[in-house]
Amino acid sequence: MTIDNSTESIHTVEATAKKKGFGGWLSSIFENKYIGLVALVIALLMPFLIATPYALNIMTTAAIFVVLAAGLNIVVGYCGLLDLGYIAFLAVGAYTAGIIAKAFELPVLFTLPAVVIMCILAGLIIGAPTLRLRSDYLAIVTLGFGEITRITANNLTITGGPSGIFGIPGFLVIGDIDFQNPVIFYYLTVIIVAGLVLAAARLGKSRLGRAWKFVKEDEDAAEAMGIHTYKVKLMAYIFGAVWGGFGGMLFASHLTAISPMSFVFLQSALVLMAVVLGGMGNMKGVVLGALAISLLPEFLRDFSAYRYLLFGILLVVVMVFRPQGFWPPRGAEAERSKAEREAAAFANGLKK
Amino acid sequence: MDQATQVIWDGIFVGSFYALIALGYSMVYGIIKLLNFAHGDIYMVGAFIGYTILTSLGGNFQTMGLFALIVVMMISMLLTGTVGLVVEKLAYRPLRGAPRLAVLITAVGASFALEYGVAAIASPNPRGFPVRLDGDFVLVLGARVTIPQVILILIAGVLMFALDTYIRRTSTGRAMRAISLDMKGSLLMGVNVNSVISRTFFIGSALAGAAGVMAGAYYGKIDFLMGFIIGLKAFTAAVIGGIGNIRGAMLGGLVLGLVESVGSQLVGGQWRDAFAFAVLILFLTLRPTGILGERVTERV
Repeated sequence: MTIDNSTESIHTVEATAKKKGFGGWLSSIFENKYIGLVALVIALLMPFLIATPYALNIMTTAAIFVVLAAGLNIVVGYCGLLDLGYIAFLAVGAYTAGIIAKAFELPVLFTLPAVVIMCILAGLIIGAPTLRLRSDYLAIVTLGFGEITRITANNLTITGGPSGIFGIPGFLVIGDIDFQNPVIFYYLTVIIVAGLVLAAARLGKSRLGRAWKFVKEDEDAAEAMGIHTYKVKLMAYIFGAVWGGFGGMLFASHLTAISPMSFVFLQSALVLMAVVLGGMGNMKGVVLGALAISLLPEFLRDFSAYRYLLFGILLVVVMVFRPQGFWPPRGAEAERSKAEREAAAFANGLKK
Repeated sequence: MDQATQVIWDGIFVGSFYALIALGYSMVYGIIKLLNFAHGDIYMVGAFIGYTILTSLGGNFQTMGLFALIVVMMISMLLTGTVGLVVEKLAYRPLRGAPRLAVLITAVGASFALEYGVAAIASPNPRGFPVRLDGDFVLVLGARVTIPQVILILIAGVLMFALDTYIRRTSTGRAMRAISLDMKGSLLMGVNVNSVISRTFFIGSALAGAAGVMAGAYYGKIDFLMGFIIGLKAFTAAVIGGIGNIRGAMLGGLVLGLVESVGSQLVGGQWRDAFAFAVLILFLTLRPTGILGERVTERV
């Protein structure tokens, strides 16, 4: 096994050394440190190009989707925990914001502390009992939790049952400025989202972030090196939950109405696709993936019947041929190629 | 008393469906430690294949009734088995030996592709199944037992018995058990691992297909997402019984059916699914090996 690993890393070095020419040129653009700033400027200039209410609506929704992908990237991309019920945190955030804002006639912004607290609680409730489980059990348990959250929202009276909550007050009103104005709300969303994406990316480089990546690469080795894996995983879960909660708050004030139908498994799967296709662990790739997943359907209206079929096939194809995603994190060990994987599979008796 | 027996009977009936689907989950998991998310969707594909055959044949099955249904079920089993083979070959085999996360994501992708593939081909609207099995009921200890229910339970029982015998008595069955114990060892002993795994997928998917046709005929309505919840419940059943254990899966199906039936009687039917998943979470956290499962140590 150790011999396997060393030959693998040699392969990796050779592979990166060979990569020059067009690929090198392309990656120097992608790895430019100002690329995030450029993306933000483009996002801020968009309303000057198209400012129809429809386009603004789509762009705001896409920005909210980016927060979700950033949050899930913390859980799946950094820490390697497959969460199939991530949309539950969006639901917790949205319902908390909606219920409190409506009950006390408050602008949605003031529900922020409650949203954060509820999401931390939700992360603890879901994470604490399940994070000791093996990864595939964890996946299905999170799926179950996602469904339980939706069913609960569907059945309780405080959440408005199947029809949900509507007439949620606006985000904030200062004097004459109503943040519910589509253009202002778009800018607000973009700025909040940019801040959260940046924070998540910085988090990935922190001490905790490095611990997450260690846990993802090899949990047993991480534990042997003195990382409290359970605590670290729980932290990933809680951060993911809080990001989801921010998304939920924006979601609730953007739509002013929420219902359990917005929180089905399909949505969790779409966020996961954004993370996987973009490149697990690389925040820039994930943002790109989220934009692709949320904006492409607008351009491919004619193929809407085949959209999800295509997504599903794409997910399989990416995992088989390019498991690191479209834009993997820099410096990450390249995933094994198919031939290497087969050799390793044979050496390990076809299993891992 | 009447109500109690009714609840128990309903539980046994639903549980036999769960058991049939749980078997496929459990077999695949037992052999290659793969959580096949697409399994519930194979059940859905089975229902749609049955629907297509029945509608393309045209009217008068009501007269043939059960016999026609059994023939259609056999054909669907063959076809869904083949679908299972194809999914394994295209999506899972290339990733054998890959990290678990990759395989899980592939499984989600495969499930998605099946669901929305069927939605694209057959339109996303629910369909009414052309054959309905509803007959007179007889009162047994105060429970309303319909004849089709008894027949469906019998079919499920026969299929499960056949599978159990197959695994215990035939050489392929022995190969399956060998692979689940030690894949490398069986490879060295000359077992054709890939072909045995393919066969496992075929059998598991065929059973799910049978369950799909039965459910279509019994409930009368099918749609492309019908496999999602039931797949999750079948997995719950497999876990309750002890995943990887064939008899455990059958037992788990029945237990889950009963628990769910009693639970929805106590807390209300709208909480039924939430209740089932809560049982899953409890089991996984408190006794992940299930009722009949053995303790396995994680190998590094």
